[in-house]
Amino acid sequence: MNEMTPPKEERSAALKGLGCSRKRVEDARFTQGKGNYVDDIKMPGMLFGDFVRSPYAHARVKSINADKAKALPGVIAVLTAADLAPLNLHWMPTLAGDKQMVLADGKVLFQGQEVAFVVATDRYVAADAVELVEVEYEELPVIVDPFKALAKDATVLREDLEGNMEGAHGPRRHHNHIFTWEQGDKEATEKVLGSAEVVAEEMVFYHRTHPCPIETCGCVASMDKVNGKLTVWGTFQAPHAVRTVASLISGIAEHNIRIISPDIGGGFGNKVGVYPGYICAIVASIVTGVPVKWVEDRMENLMATAFARDYWMKGKIAATKDGRITGLWCHTTADHGAFDACADPSKFPAGFMNICTGSYDIPTAYLAVDGVYTNKAPGGVAYRCSFRVTEAAYFIERMIEVLAIELGMDAAELRAKNFIRKEQFPYQSALGWEYDSGDYHTAWDKALKAVGYEDLRKEQAQRIADFKAGKTRKLLGIGLTHFTEIVGAGPVKNCDILGLGMFDSCEIRIHPTGSAIARLGTISQGQGHATTFAQILASEIGIPADDITLEEGDTDTAPYGLGTYGSRSTPVAGAATAMAGRKIRAKAQMIAAYLLEVHDGDVEWEVDRFVVKGAPERFKTMKEIAFAAYNQAIPGIEPGLEAVSYYDPPNMTYPFGAYICVMEIDVDTGEHEIRQFYALDDCGTRINPMIIEGQVHGGATEGYAIAMGQEIAYDEIGNVKTGTLMDFFLPTAWETPHYITDHTVTPSPHHPIGAKGVGESPNVGSVPAFSNAVHDAFRAFGLRQAHMPHDHWRIWKIANDLGLHG
Amino acid sequence: MGKMHIKLTVNGKEEELLAEPRELLIHVLREELGITGPHIGCETSHCGACTVDMNGKSVKSCTVFAAQANGAEITTIEGLGNPDGLHVLQEMFKEHHGLQCGFCTPGMITRAYRFLQENPDPTEEEVRFGMSGNLCRCTGYQNIVKAILAAAAEMNAAKEAAQ
Repeated sequence: MNEMTPPKEERSAALKGLGCSRKRVEDARFTQGKGNYVDDIKMPGMLFGDFVRSPYAHARVKSINADKAKALPGVIAVLTAADLAPLNLHWMPTLAGDKQMVLADGKVLFQGQEVAFVVATDRYVAADAVELVEVEYEELPVIVDPFKALAKDATVLREDLEGNMEGAHGPRRHHNHIFTWEQGDKEATEKVLGSAEVVAEEMVFYHRTHPCPIETCGCVASMDKVNGKLTVWGTFQAPHAVRTVASLISGIAEHNIRIISPDIGGGFGNKVGVYPGYICAIVASIVTGVPVKWVEDRMENLMATAFARDYWMKGKIAATKDGRITGLWCHTTADHGAFDACADPSKFPAGFMNICTGSYDIPTAYLAVDGVYTNKAPGGVAYRCSFRVTEAAYFIERMIEVLAIELGMDAAELRAKNFIRKEQFPYQSALGWEYDSGDYHTAWDKALKAVGYEDLRKEQAQRIADFKAGKTRKLLGIGLTHFTEIVGAGPVKNCDILGLGMFDSCEIRIHPTGSAIARLGTISQGQGHATTFAQILASEIGIPADDITLEEGDTDTAPYGLGTYGSRSTPVAGAATAMAGRKIRAKAQMIAAYLLEVHDGDVEWEVDRFVVKGAPERFKTMKEIAFAAYNQAIPGIEPGLEAVSYYDPPNMTYPFGAYICVMEIDVDTGEHEIRQFYALDDCGTRINPMIIEGQVHGGATEGYAIAMGQEIAYDEIGNVKTGTLMDFFLPTAWETPHYITDHTVTPSPHHPIGAKGVGESPNVGSVPAFSNAVHDAFRAFGLRQAHMPHDHWRIWKIANDLGLHG
Repeated sequence: MGKMHIKLTVNGKEEELLAEPRELLIHVLREELGITGPHIGCETSHCGACTVDMNGKSVKSCTVFAAQANGAEITTIEGLGNPDGLHVLQEMFKEHHGLQCGFCTPGMITRAYRFLQENPDPTEEEVRFGMSGNLCRCTGYQNIVKAILAAAAEMNAAKEAAQ
């Protein structure tokens, strides 16, 4: 028997476990057009819902007349707030402790707001009926500037909150103010700033943008009146949380609600929230007794579902003359739109913005964030970043550059001088986090070497000389970034959403013939969970990844979990997967020992089997053990081989990376060309390098869009100026840069397999790298700060304002 | 609204149906014929998720009326390969990790299928230009481009071997 056993390495490779670039199991159906997305669901008698939306950003709704719409053949119902009020569903709670109108209740507060919901037999009829609903509005003054919103005599936006000066996150000091969130030591920081040798000060604006997944949001709600069960298929990044919220607000018992997230066509944070369309489709299905589908179109998606960013970050950074940072101060004015519908853990109304000390050892810091209402769409989700982490990373990486200018120092050297050193981990930051692990200097040196940093600076100096001499009209920018993320929310002691602790879960069943099914509380939107989580398990339990089915997204079958966003799947559900695997292995050990007639402690694990210590010819494979678990009566051991783990992470994980962008800029046209983009990521243990690389390409492309052209822009009366893909920049293959990826590996000390998560690092890291490249190109001509997005016109304007057009 | 009698050949199969003059090809495919491979991402011709092949050309079926497609030969992702024999593009997209959420993939592959007939031996730059009507939010295109170049190489090698 021993002669037939392949060597350890061979058996290990056959598992396709941790560290291997396993091809994705999802791809067979996706490449053949056999994915099952929400709009693919078709049910007998299914109706279609469509919204009447407000053309105004702020107006009183005087009357709604749906008679003509209702008279149209094929129209089944037209719902307004008046119809939802008796059910108490005309408003709904937001994830941030605020409430939001489901349908306009007396007034509208942003352009595109839901006013009435038309239900018809066909999507064309529904669209016709939307046009026939007559709504009379009285326009009110519009506020799109968060600073003007806080003026003493500013119009009251949220009349429903008038006089209520205690918000979900503490006192409100103005009728358009939502919360103030403070972290760190204000007094000590002001003292450091007051006595510092050098202080650099800047306003850093991170503009409003939108995750814009290629599939919009939608759902199919089906109330089965015979068995009293409500099933909702939808684009939900957190299906279990949706079930609990749906139960709480509808009064339907939670066991009678089944939420299913089918295949999801990208999420990037856009599909975390609960939208009026979901509530209206559910109510319409309850009223009509047949399934109702609601799928928004692209304009609705960009105008009304969750936006991201919109942070005005005023910063002050103090240092010694030789560039040692001594303090950081930040005051952020956060534009939350008409309702506070941010998706952050409850105790963090500005997310993890307090990671804004970045990769640097800054002894003293203070952060205050003021949330403000305006006449813009609600949201404030993490667009492919952990909660507000990309804002924080952009802020600190701009402040470092501004400080470098102030000091007349090289920005790479300034960073290296202030990095948290390897031996300082676990590192306690001035704003309250405990960074788990890192080796920033190694990553930084590797990155600088890879791009040939010193030569690039020489080339840049020559270019500037040539430009000044009239020999060229192109400038060279070198955009540097070293970011530290904070992901994997999170420890239940301080992370919850609407009171639900942010643990996650995995349940495993080993079948008698030695294959398995695992179910998780998360849901993939393209991350490849079915591929990677099976790899984690393969390494833990010695069953080939190809023999493990992975399921997510059906609340009737999957264990409870908080879903997929904020790069939390690998740090939290990935840990649960490993821990559940270890429970399986512990039971398997007892079974193996029984079968081998030795004591439990006399067998040891080896790739895919338990072997008697010192007698390698005596072993039981996992496959044999699985069979025994189902066909033998083993004294003291229950039959079967199953396990479930609910994992409450002891800490967050802190992935980091060094990104460098080399950019050519045409001073006369404002056009740019990315000559090189280098991305080094350290996400701890690497589960599937192919998937990691794909995540980096995708996230960096989103970062490229955000930095170089993508925005949700409003005019002064609250019209959305970027409501279609004609105006809202999504890069094509033509303009998207080529990426060079690289890595270092610093495992997380507290994660069972040392993994940290990577999906969002490239968005967090690339935005400052692109933006810093633009700034760096003009540094020699006096540019300190120019707001994103750096589209051609804005770059041309920088050059023009600096007098470079002669 | 009165309906029109429309005949189409979809993936080699003749279909007859009634559609309103305003009905879009994508809705006829997805809702009347149950062909849900092509997706709807923007309804303004920008994203290309709805790309199908019509009479030998790539079209965005969200901005083609079904009436305009009367009598046409349509090929969708479902017509390119089947579980027993994938098209080489489908194989290469899998091999080179050219997809993530999969929503743009049917349109992307259907466009690549036509593009490689227009230009069987493209450079990377030509692939990037030829595919610029199809948006992807997940992959950053790098592996899509790689997959298409690999498919071109494979198809050309097969052609050479056959000659």
